[in-house]
Amino acid sequence: MPQPVIELNALSVKLGKHEVLRDITSSFTGRTIGLLGPNGAGKSTLISTLLGFWPITSGSATVLGHDVARESKEIRALVGYMPENDSFISGMSAVSFICMLAELSGLPAEMALERAHEALFYVGLGEARYRKLGTYSLGMKQLAKLAQAIVHGPKLVILDEPTNGLDPPARQRMIRLIREMRDAGEMHIVLCSHLLRDVEETCEEVVILKKGRVVHYSNLENERKLNKKFVELELHGNADNFIAAVEALGCESAPGALNRLKLVLADNTEVSDIYRVAAEQNVQLRRMNFRRDTLEEIFLKAMESNNGRL
Amino acid sequence: MAVYKRTYRGYAGTFTPLWSRFLVMFRYSRRNLFQSKLLTAFFVICFFFPLLCLLGIYANDHLSAFLPGRQMGRLLKIDGPFFLTFLTVQTAFAFILTAFVGPGLVSPDLTNGALTLYLCRPISRLEYVTGKLSVLAIILSWITWIPGLLLFFVQASLSGWDWMIDNLWIASGIFLGSWIWILSISLLALALSAWVKWRIAAGGLLLGVLFIGASLAASINGVLHIQSGHLFNIAELIRIIWQDLFHDSGDRSLPAGEAWFGILLFASACFYMLMKKIKANEVVR
Repeated sequence: MPQPVIELNALSVKLGKHEVLRDITSSFTGRTIGLLGPNGAGKSTLISTLLGFWPITSGSATVLGHDVARESKEIRALVGYMPENDSFISGMSAVSFICMLAELSGLPAEMALERAHEALFYVGLGEARYRKLGTYSLGMKQLAKLAQAIVHGPKLVILDEPTNGLDPPARQRMIRLIREMRDAGEMHIVLCSHLLRDVEETCEEVVILKKGRVVHYSNLENERKLNKKFVELELHGNADNFIAAVEALGCESAPGALNRLKLVLADNTEVSDIYRVAAEQNVQLRRMNFRRDTLEEIFLKAMESNNGRL
Repeated sequence: MAVYKRTYRGYAGTFTPLWSRFLVMFRYSRRNLFQSKLLTAFFVICFFFPLLCLLGIYANDHLSAFLPGRQMGRLLKIDGPFFLTFLTVQTAFAFILTAFVGPGLVSPDLTNGALTLYLCRPISRLEYVTGKLSVLAIILSWITWIPGLLLFFVQASLSGWDWMIDNLWIASGIFLGSWIWILSISLLALALSAWVKWRIAAGGLLLGVLFIGASLAASINGVLHIQSGHLFNIAELIRIIWQDLFHDSGDRSLPAGEAWFGILLFASACFYMLMKKIKANEVVR
């Protein structure tokens, strides 16, 4: 059993009289964890609590084995954080700003400067690294925020809405960087987003929050494997023979109206087998869909639950 | 690793000690501050008066022998009031320097949301404030107690060991008096910088607080026929403390104990105001 990246034990957080996080008990172990939820679900409060910005009202939480209430400095030394909002000093160049933040994380001055250059090149701001941050476009500021989050080589990076305000090419670049960091295998990533596609493209695990509670936690890789077995077909020709043939392969079928058919593929059956059977039975496949909207369905189901409990 | 490789790699090197991190803020702030030629020029001007005092001490020791009667040390009297005057002049320069430097220390971080980036690192709010305070404290030290003590030791070297032992209270007065002033005015400047994000307004308000405090004190004293109104007059409180430290028996509007209490209260209020603003403000959705 791998060590949990984040472990929450009956965690509750109150801000004023409002209880934002309510009695959350959960343990996240994945390399990339997507944190989803509608506005006001408590995503940012959970992140702020893990970083020690907000005090815990009751319960406990650990990050990489360190207690949030007692060892927040140890946690912050291991964590890189990319906040959602604009965060920079306009009068400083990107390289000095990131170098300063690296030094504040504890890197010696020479190493901090070297890594600031590396981080800026890595995120694609190498050519603009001597420009003042105030002159950066929104996309460049997002990349600079990513650079400061990884400059000190953290074990866990928390990205809060990293693709906010980015145009499609910039979003693609950001997603590619997150994937590369994930695949480098040197850090865990928590991606907080309201964009399901971002989470789906980058995360292995997903946590859905609603009204301060975890309402769903699942391994997306497993979900994907499961959902690859669901196929929706639209046929033209003799459907009965086709259904009999696919059931003979061990598949389950559910015929619908207008020659539509839903199949659950058997373990040893592949999509190519469906094509082969269709050819043998002289049936045209007019449409074939895998269930691609996995996360959206998961999210909507989680939002439909009444009491908000897992 | 060469930067062109553009691959992510972790960090497995050494880390600096936690206690030294606040000095990072001092280094970067100082570098930014002295990019201004005006500020650099003013900083240099701040050393003119200590240089003049040094010449005075030298002349007093070497040139007074040429005076009629050959009485050494007749030209100037190097004593408590001499150093009190030195401190008064230098702190006036330091005040102007604070009005230049202070407002730019915290407000840019608050305006651009940079506090989150500082505080998500192994730095507490107190260490952040200490780091920012150290910028003012170190720069102001260079023009107050450091030249003050240098002058004291120059005079001691010229007048001998006995003079130094007899006047050690002057050295402690220079040191303590400077630090009380530095801490009070620095905390005020940082608090104003945190609350008033427009730098020019914050600089002007720094001056305003002193005048408003003096006016308020005079009004309270006039209306209520008391002297405790001076508790609102920071300049007066510091003047009384300096008088106490430099054994000056001149007129005092308040007892020294009350002045110490007043200045402590003032510094605490500034610190409280500052800490109210120094938070990693995250929007809760």
